[in-house]
Amino acid sequence: MNKAFWKRKEPLNDTQLLMTITIVIFFVMYILAMILFGGGFLHVQQVFDMLNDNASLIIVTCGLTIVMIGGGIDISVGAVTSLVVMSCVLYLNKGGNIFVAVLLAVGIGLAFGLVHGFLVSYLEIQPFIVTLAGMFFARGMTTILSVNPQKVSHVAFNTFREKRIVIPWLGYTANNGNKIPARMELGVVIALACVILVWMLLKYVRLGRNFYAMGGNQQSALMLGINVKRTRFLSYILSGLLSGIAGFVFMMHTGAGNSTNAAGMEMNAIASAIIGGTLLTGGVGNVIGSFFGTMILTTIKKIVVASGLNDPWWQSITTGGMLCFFILLQSIVLGKRAKKRKT
Amino acid sequence: MQEEYLLTMRHIEKRFPGVLALNGVDFSLRKGEIHALMGENGAGKSTLIKVLTGVYQMDGGEIRVDGEKIAIKSPQDAQNKGISTVYQEITLCPNLTVSENMFIGRCGAWVKRRDLEKKADEILTRLGIPARSTQLLGSCSLAVQQMVAIARAVDMNCKVLILDEPTSSLDDKEVKRLFGLMRDLKAQGVGIIFVTHFLDQVYEVSDRITVLRNGELVGEYLTEDLPQVQLVSKMIGKELEELGSLGETEDIMFGDKPVFYEAKGISSNEALPFDFSIRKGEVNGFTGLLGSGRSESVRAIFGADKVTGGEVTVNGEPVKIDRPIDAMRHGIGYLSEDRKRDGIIAELSVRENIILALQVMNGMFRPINRNESEAFADEYIKVLNIKTASMETPVGSLSGGNQQKVILARWLLTHPDYLILDEPTRGIDVGTKLEIQKLVLKLAEEGVSVTFISSEVEEMLRTCSRLIVMRDRHVVGELTGKDLNQTKVMKTIAGGEA
Repeated sequence: MNKAFWKRKEPLNDTQLLMTITIVIFFVMYILAMILFGGGFLHVQQVFDMLNDNASLIIVTCGLTIVMIGGGIDISVGAVTSLVVMSCVLYLNKGGNIFVAVLLAVGIGLAFGLVHGFLVSYLEIQPFIVTLAGMFFARGMTTILSVNPQKVSHVAFNTFREKRIVIPWLGYTANNGNKIPARMELGVVIALACVILVWMLLKYVRLGRNFYAMGGNQQSALMLGINVKRTRFLSYILSGLLSGIAGFVFMMHTGAGNSTNAAGMEMNAIASAIIGGTLLTGGVGNVIGSFFGTMILTTIKKIVVASGLNDPWWQSITTGGMLCFFILLQSIVLGKRAKKRKT
Repeated sequence: MQEEYLLTMRHIEKRFPGVLALNGVDFSLRKGEIHALMGENGAGKSTLIKVLTGVYQMDGGEIRVDGEKIAIKSPQDAQNKGISTVYQEITLCPNLTVSENMFIGRCGAWVKRRDLEKKADEILTRLGIPARSTQLLGSCSLAVQQMVAIARAVDMNCKVLILDEPTSSLDDKEVKRLFGLMRDLKAQGVGIIFVTHFLDQVYEVSDRITVLRNGELVGEYLTEDLPQVQLVSKMIGKELEELGSLGETEDIMFGDKPVFYEAKGISSNEALPFDFSIRKGEVNGFTGLLGSGRSESVRAIFGADKVTGGEVTVNGEPVKIDRPIDAMRHGIGYLSEDRKRDGIIAELSVRENIILALQVMNGMFRPINRNESEAFADEYIKVLNIKTASMETPVGSLSGGNQQKVILARWLLTHPDYLILDEPTRGIDVGTKLEIQKLVLKLAEEGVSVTFISSEVEEMLRTCSRLIVMRDRHVVGELTGKDLNQTKVMKTIAGGEA
């Protein structure tokens, strides 16, 4: 670890502070779960499962985080993901090529990002309205493509999607004495790569810093010589692109297309981003935080299940409570800071 | 010495719907000079600046930099052509670090943090700016933020530096430092356009003055050849005698008039306990340096901050004023210091802004009908001489002084018994200032009590018959009668004689 990191001159900025809180709370929560429930929580596979199930959500959240840092919102992400899944499934079932399917996924995502970005940035329409329209459109298209669930019958793809990264030494011994190695899906690798790439983009690339500047103060960003329109345009394109990738990863996970795929994913993504310390007002946020936001949401759900509250509404209720708790925490922490600065 | 023109603007025209904002204005800037651009609000200064910085596109005329004709398409374009601006409102991003603010929008595609921070620290040290490159901009004082903006401009090798009201949020020491910086830059051959309302500052640093009025050029003068009074009369286009008509106020003794408002030990979460009273028809004021607690005190009176203690009587009867609406019900009006944040609702029309306070007093179930509100708006637009295209114009498009008048009209309409004016004349032009001062005195004659706060002691002396002096959030003195003079006020503020 870099020595300079530990000997910081500056206090944490808002982004770093909120992210740190999220990460700490995640570990506290997980360790508590290990102590209270033991069982599955003690196995590395539990974490892997959380990642396996949420790889696409993590990717979508990356894109959404970018848009939110820039001061916008994109609620179409779930629906676009779903449309990508259905399109790719149908294409593959017609005997398509896997690489073309990837291009199709990315292409659909980009197309949505392009239209959203254009409408929001250049025609200056409210992003909420634009992406709401995009959401309805994508959902509708998914249903038009197929009302019935479609299973992927593409042999090569199914072999590909069954591939797991197997790590024996992280596994555990089952009750019957069998060694069960830890298994991770390929989608998780893609998701983690997306997190790292977006993190680097936001931290080390001019475009990334421009997102922060734009979200912090749009007028200032303009005066500082940033092409705000183009920057905002690009934020939606990136979000669309990541939704496309998420769709492909989703298909790798489920191996089927369904018109209700990824239902409510946009809301989970917004919740993850907010828990991770991204402010809806823009300018503050971090994709690592968002990643841990997703992990916190997932852990909560696992804990609810482990507590024996199997009814689905308990997950919603705890998610709602968690979101409330984090927003409160953030406003208290940031409020205290603002006050301290004033004096 | 051969004079070298750095920038020439010829016959600049700019039209807005219904208004000709700039009508054939000429402006030229020489190398290494500080050129003050003066004019009342609405004279066209801001528009001219915005044309020059590419925020607006001009409708006619030409701009030459170094003799070369150029077209400025955007603020970015202006920066690339060596024209940088530091605006009155800080136009940096508080959520980024100082060094990022200095380099964003003009660094390579890959941000080399450490290099930029090192470079930023060098520049900050060279210019004597007390900030660290790694610090969040939002954690710096406004003055430092402004200097960071200048540092950015300086590092961009700007030829023309525009400072738009740079000193309005700085204290004396910071102004001195800024002027030092300006003189350094001037020596390096930078041409500086200095826009300000502070006449003294113009005479302190500028070499040349260009005066605009009503979108037209009045003239360009050497600062040393233009006495201050002349400048003022050129700006407002009035004869000098008129200016003098606002002479010394008579020292009226209010001893026999009834007390309207009295507070004992009133405090809020922002203000320390203090005693205060005002009689009917009295004009008094709070004075002190910025941050001495002037505004916080009057906000406590109005219930704008959380009131934490104290006994209040209005007309001799004990009352409880915890919220602004309580104060309004007892006939107290408050014009806030920050008209952009607390006062004006920019998207609403002049008419809607004017009737706002009255509507609140009436309650939402008794709407003011259209005819009535139009009559009110019409009346006050005339009385206060508000310059607006119509009563349905959004307030945001009016100049600062006229916005202030709209807020004033809003409160006058509620026929308050007691009006608190917190910096009503800040950032507005000399002519409107005088109008507002006259209005305050007229209101007092009609029996309205007024508390007046201004950063300009001179203005306070002219309008108030009693001054409450504050220092470090404490009331340190009360001046009346013959003590009301600049020396005495200064001494009390400074703490020489309490």
